[in-house]
Amino acid sequence: MDKGLTLRKICILKDAKPLIEVDHHIPPGEILTVMGPSGVGKSTLLAYITGTLGPDFTGMGEIALDGRDITTTPPHLRQIGILFQDDLLFPHMSVGANLAFGMPPGGRRAVRQRLIAEALRDVGLEGYANRDPATLSGGQRARVALVRMMLSQPKALLLDEAFSRLDVALRAQVRTLIFQTAQDRGLPVLMVTHDAEDAAAAKGPVIELRSLSGG
Amino acid sequence: MLKLLPLLTVLAMLGPVIAGLWGTVLPAFGHLPAAGLLGPTLDPFRALLHWPGVTEASRLSVVTGLGATILSLGIVAVFMAGWSGTRTFRLFERLLSPVLSVPHAAAAFGLAFLIAPSGWIARLASPGLTGWDRPPDLLILQDPGGLALIAGLVVKEVPFLLLMSLVALGQAQPKQSLLVAQSLGYRRSTGWLKTVFPRIYRQIRLPVFVVLAYSMSVVDVALILGPTTPPTLSVQIVNWMGDPDLAMRLTGAAAALWQFALVLLALGLWWLGERLVARAGRAWIAAGSRGRGEGALRGAALVLGAVSALSVLVGLISLAVWSVAGFWSFPDIFPQGWSARTWARHGPPALQTMGETFVVAGAAMALALLLVLGCLESEHRSGRRLTHRGLWLLYLPLLVPQTAFLPGLQTLLLSIGADTGRAPVIFAHLVFVLPYVFLSLGDPWRAWDRRYATVAHALGATPWRVFCQVRLPTLLRPILTATAVGLAVSVGQYLPTLLIGGGRVSTLTTEAVALASGGDRRAIGVYGLMQTLAALIPFALALLLPTLLWRNRRGLHG
Repeated sequence: MDKGLTLRKICILKDAKPLIEVDHHIPPGEILTVMGPSGVGKSTLLAYITGTLGPDFTGMGEIALDGRDITTTPPHLRQIGILFQDDLLFPHMSVGANLAFGMPPGGRRAVRQRLIAEALRDVGLEGYANRDPATLSGGQRARVALVRMMLSQPKALLLDEAFSRLDVALRAQVRTLIFQTAQDRGLPVLMVTHDAEDAAAAKGPVIELRSLSGG
Repeated sequence: MLKLLPLLTVLAMLGPVIAGLWGTVLPAFGHLPAAGLLGPTLDPFRALLHWPGVTEASRLSVVTGLGATILSLGIVAVFMAGWSGTRTFRLFERLLSPVLSVPHAAAAFGLAFLIAPSGWIARLASPGLTGWDRPPDLLILQDPGGLALIAGLVVKEVPFLLLMSLVALGQAQPKQSLLVAQSLGYRRSTGWLKTVFPRIYRQIRLPVFVVLAYSMSVVDVALILGPTTPPTLSVQIVNWMGDPDLAMRLTGAAAALWQFALVLLALGLWWLGERLVARAGRAWIAAGSRGRGEGALRGAALVLGAVSALSVLVGLISLAVWSVAGFWSFPDIFPQGWSARTWARHGPPALQTMGETFVVAGAAMALALLLVLGCLESEHRSGRRLTHRGLWLLYLPLLVPQTAFLPGLQTLLLSIGADTGRAPVIFAHLVFVLPYVFLSLGDPWRAWDRRYATVAHALGATPWRVFCQVRLPTLLRPILTATAVGLAVSVGQYLPTLLIGGGRVSTLTTEAVALASGGDRRAIGVYGLMQTLAALIPFALALLLPTLLWRNRRGLHG
């Protein structure tokens, strides 16, 4: 069995014209960086992997996670976590409720609450469970988003320009935290970015996407 | 199941319209088996032609429709040209929602209480300015030219078109365009009319068509403000439909088809006018004139806008004053005494009618919300957006005049032996509630950040869990606003309640309009106010509830 995230001969078409092509295997703990100018279709690649590709696009090729083909699996059963440049914390839920939403169901209430409290403590946000996400700072929100995703026990991690909204000082800090977390859990990571610094920090292979439609 | 909902929605919206038109066509050609009449024959049309009022009624329909639409659109255009983006404009924006939610009938009564020979305006000017010490013998209300009717329509259509323009404005980047025009030496109004208005008009074309079709065929406002000998064509259709002589229904059906043809004709005229105005406008732009005499135009625009808004608001106040008035002689500005007698007498039955009004509105609204949310969710999951053609479908029930298909629907229901009453009324209301709920909820629903759904799916949430736990709560505010819009639409419906209810369902609107001929101003005050309240309360709740429910969630009060 092939551990990790496998992108086998992936080709995404827009209006019957090829947009991007990728063929790569990401072993556990490795960070694959996909770089390229905006509009080249980096986010489209992630949409294909999460199973949320728009109707204007056609995706071909196989996605496998730990050897299991998930190309046609519904999005919510893929076990692939994703972080965007915005934290996308659900604004109507407290910090704790956001985390509980991410946790797999089951278990006693008290146990779930303890797990949430511990997870928050691990990222330096002890006692934040009842807070309104809108009252948190940008760095705090980014950490909550990371914790929410990790609590859902994903088997792979996608980063869509995840650090581009943070200021320089915060950026390195959050990046290190996320990379460290992924490495500790042995997750394959696919990072999409336009920032060379992110790519350097990832210390992994880099794919440069070029526009295939010759535009 | 979800995939069936769009189909069901189209069926609920267009089914009654098509069935109603079918039910109009048959009797219009003399075919009404229930009355032992078999067609086809052209007799109903001959009867229509022999009615002495046919020319005048048709003229009234076209003139009031085109007049009200041109005036409303004109006022909105010059007002926005002169004032959008200013502090004055923001004040009007704040007045917009309450004025918009006032039902047509209540606004018409309020206007009548202001401009009648014994109304507030005449009282204010008498006897000092006019020398009148008793109400003058002038036919201001129900004037044969239909001017009062046009005024009553304009005060309600201006806020509607203004709202539609504001929605369109959001996508047109008006500030930058105006700035560029002004830096090129254009005066404000001219620059706005040349650069922003053409783009806005493209967006509000369908609502303008709706205003035209509605103004040509409205019944409740025409009963209150319109002429009586002859009445407008649509009022006469309703009279014929209510005639105990079944043969008159045939004439009514023929007139309904004629009304439909008139609306199509007027829409065609409008389409032609659009082209002429566009050509003149292009020449005006090409000529490069920077604008002259703008001060007067801006002033006039402000006066027109203010008069339009104030006639609704002060009209409501006059309803309130009449409802508690004791003896009130002309030309006193206020009654000699105040009394709770009218409320004691009419309050309890009005409250009971309000209950029935809300039962009908609530049921229609619940169905509408279910269908619309289902359609939008199905649209979201399939990733297919509503096309331009789909938008026309949504506007269709609003473009076919009510008097063209509701009489037919009533005849059809009677002839297949179906019962009139509450349930058919609810479905008839649904025809008009659905498009407004769809239009009001569609944009905020589609503007929602889809990445929330992607994140939630990535966290393992099923599509239904995302819908119930993420999407519905975050979109609570627009959902409640759409609910309020839908309820207000249902509360304001007159003709569907009257015709499809077969006289057995009475809402605040039918009761209020029924009082029009009696002329008991105190009772009209009570019912007009209750009708307005029934439309306003849901809007107030829609504003209040999210603030209460999400009081600890700052992210939802952007």
